[in-house]
Order: sequence, then C-alpha cells, then structure tokens
Amino acid sequence: MVTINSIKKGIVIDHIKAGLGIKIYNYLKLDEANFTVALIMNAESSKVGRKDMIKIDNVIDVDFTVLGIIDPNITINIIENEVIQEKVKLKLPNKVKNVVKCRNPRCVTSIENSIDHSFYLTDDEKGIYRCEYCDEIGNNSLLTNA
Amino acid sequence: MLKGKHLIDPMDFTTGEFEEIFKLADQIIAKPEEFAHCCDGKLLSTLFYEPSTRTRFSFEAAMLRLGGQVIGFSEPNSSSAAKGESIADTIRTIACYADIAVMRHPKEGAPKVASQYSEIPVINAGDGGHQHPTQTLTDLLTIRAAKGELENHTIGLCGDLKFGRTVHSLIKAMSRYKNNKFVLISPNELRVPQYIKEEILEKNNIEYVEVERMEEVIGSLDILYMTRVQRERFFNEEDYIRLKDSYILDGEKMKNAKKDMIVMHPLPRVNEIAYDVDGDERAYYFKQAKYGMYVRMALIAKLLGVK
Repeated sequence: MVTINSIKKGIVIDHIKAGLGIKIYNYLKLDEANFTVALIMNAESSKVGRKDMIKIDNVIDVDFTVLGIIDPNITINIIENEVIQEKVKLKLPNKVKNVVKCRNPRCVTSIENSIDHSFYLTDDEKGIYRCEYCDEIGNNSLLTNA
Repeated sequence: MLKGKHLIDPMDFTTGEFEEIFKLADQIIAKPEEFAHCCDGKLLSTLFYEPSTRTRFSFEAAMLRLGGQVIGFSEPNSSSAAKGESIADTIRTIACYADIAVMRHPKEGAPKVASQYSEIPVINAGDGGHQHPTQTLTDLLTIRAAKGELENHTIGLCGDLKFGRTVHSLIKAMSRYKNNKFVLISPNELRVPQYIKEEILEKNNIEYVEVERMEEVIGSLDILYMTRVQRERFFNEEDYIRLKDSYILDGEKMKNAKKDMIVMHPLPRVNEIAYDVDGDERAYYFKQAKYGMYVRMALIAKLLGVK
C-alpha cells in the first residue's frame, strides 16, 4: 500500500479512468512543477474499480473543460487547510477548439494547415466529442502542445 | 429559404427544406422544358479531387439541363492542388469565377473547409468515406416517387453496412420520418457501426433488426437497398463461402418479395444484383440514377435562388 500524505492547499483530481492520469499530468505540464505533485495510478476504487488520481500541492490555474473532455466522470476537489473547500462539477462545452487533435489520417485536418482542430459534443452523458470535419471521436487525442 | 446555403452533411437541411427541393424536383420531372433556361448565365464549378464519372456527369447534366454552364477539373493533377494550393485558397479563387461549386475530395471534411471560406454555395459530392448528401437526396426522392411518402416503410439494407457511407446517411435521413423500420442484413463483420445504432436508432426509439441472411426477411420489406460486399471484407474464407450468395439478389429471391417492394442500389453494381432482376418492374436502380439528376437540378436551382 502506497501512502501519500494529504495536501494542505491545492487540487485533487480524482476518479480519472485508469490509464488516463498520465495524459492529464502531461497536459497540465506537471513534470515541470516546482511543488509537490502525486500521480497515483491504478488505485482501487469502490466507484469505478480502478482509477488514477492526481494530487497537486499548490493552487494552479486548471482548464477544467479539458479534463471533462478526457473523462467526464472526473471529480475535482479544491483543498484548503487539508479539507475539501469546493467540488468542481465538470460542465462540457458544446464545442472545443485546438484542445483535441484529430487523429484520423483521412481527415482534412491532416492536410489543411490553416484550420482549427474543432470538436463538438455529441453525447452529453458519455461526454463524447467528434471532429467537426470527419466526425471521428477525439476524446483520447489531447493536443498536448496546444 | 435555401438560397446561398451549403450542402455538406445530409442533416444540414431540415425535412421541410428537403421537401422544398423534392417539390421542385417533381415540377422539373413533370415539365423539364419549363426549367431549361432558369440557370442561363450561371456557372457551376466542379472541383473533383478524385475521379467520379457518375456523380460528376450527374451534376454537369443537371446544370446543363437548367441552361447553365460548367467549368472544373476531374482529377487533382490537372489542378492547382498539384502545386500545393490549400482548399481554402482554391475555393476563394473559384468563388470569383463561378456561382456555385461542387466538390469531391478524398479527405473527409474537405468540402466543409471549402464552405467555411466560400462566398458561393458549396455542395459536397462525396468526401472520402464520410458523407455524400446528394446520394441521400437521390435515395429519398426515389423512395418518395415510388412509394408516395417517406413514412411508414420497412427498409431493408443489405451488404456492407459497416463501411457504406450511403447506408449510414440513409439511416440518419429516414430516421427523421415517422414509423420507419430497418432490417439490417449483413455478415457479422460488416454490421452497422455501434454509434449509428446508439446515437440514431436507439436514441430515437426506432425499430430495427439485424440478420445475416436476406432470404429470412425479404418478404417483409417495402424497400430493399442493396450495396456491394467485397470478398476482402470478410474475415475468413469459410464465412465468405457460407454467406456470399445471401448478399446476391436474383430472380428467385424476388419471388418471395412483396409485389410493390422496390430494389435500390447506389451503383455501380458488380454482382450483387443478378441481371435477371433488371427486367422486374420493382428494380429501381436505374430510375434512381435519373432521380439523382433531377434532384441535383432542383438543389442547384434552390441554392442559386433562381426557383
């Protein structure tokens, strides 16, 4: 059993689908952080079986929208004085631009350089986003350099 | 009001707008001579980045029969694309010369990009395996002409239902009309993709069944829409041999079909409809090609705002 101390002031991103934690870690550029960050992978969860989790011991500006696109079931807790101050409910926008990259090699975005990678929400419950141009699902194709 | 609009996805238009086009197509079919000059002085540009004789001829015939003229290219090597010009720049230039553009492109979403930069209406004439909205308009006009309405039909779709964009668009389009049911006839490997079933059929409570053999269901169908099953799409030779005849429509199978069932096919056919079906009055696939031209005439006239 790995023990990780609770954080004083910061953010806990919880209930991340197992395997997606590293994507969020990379997207938030947490490898460059000068504060304590814990990426917990494959933790047991009564809710979802296995989950990933990120604890950030600092208040940083997080684009919660992006987290919702990666996995709409993620929960975010804002911590102050070691207690949960706020639970952020993810709200999925109808359209996102240049957050997700279309991986479909047949998509026009692969040849037309000037256009945005634009995705629209097709399923509220599952949080599925499709490419505006080719309708390919883009949830797992985060544009980390955006 | 359809004037100035683009047609990129079959769902871009409401059923009301579809009906507007179909009513004009009815008038054109009844009295084509009255429409022979409605596009005098207008120019259609055909931007075909991959070859498609059938669709291109259908559009060109449509424009010429309306009195308009046509400019364009039929393969990218003879166009500015060979020099590396973007779609955005190509359409902005073409819009200086022509009044309306038709685009076929191997990349999915290319006509959509064109529409975002274009000052003239853009019609998608097929973007890779993605959309082919004028085929959908053709299919709907054919059903409407043969059956009198677009509601209350049992529609059999047979063949490669996994990769066939025509089939996906037809399911989406016919799902918007009341009381249609679908019978999906395909090998297991080539079934309708899950997202079509979930996002279109199940979401809208539309009745459908999936079967492997045409023989089991042909007697229940009002419309049988045939598509080609390619041998290489089967996962193994055994299944191919077991099922191949089930996806070939012939005179023998037609004996079990309803007297007023119609047989449709987007063409070209290879061997999935035997030649002995061609003489059957229920064979609609060549009429369908003609309706395709009429519906394109109506579409062009509406988008140009001349009718």
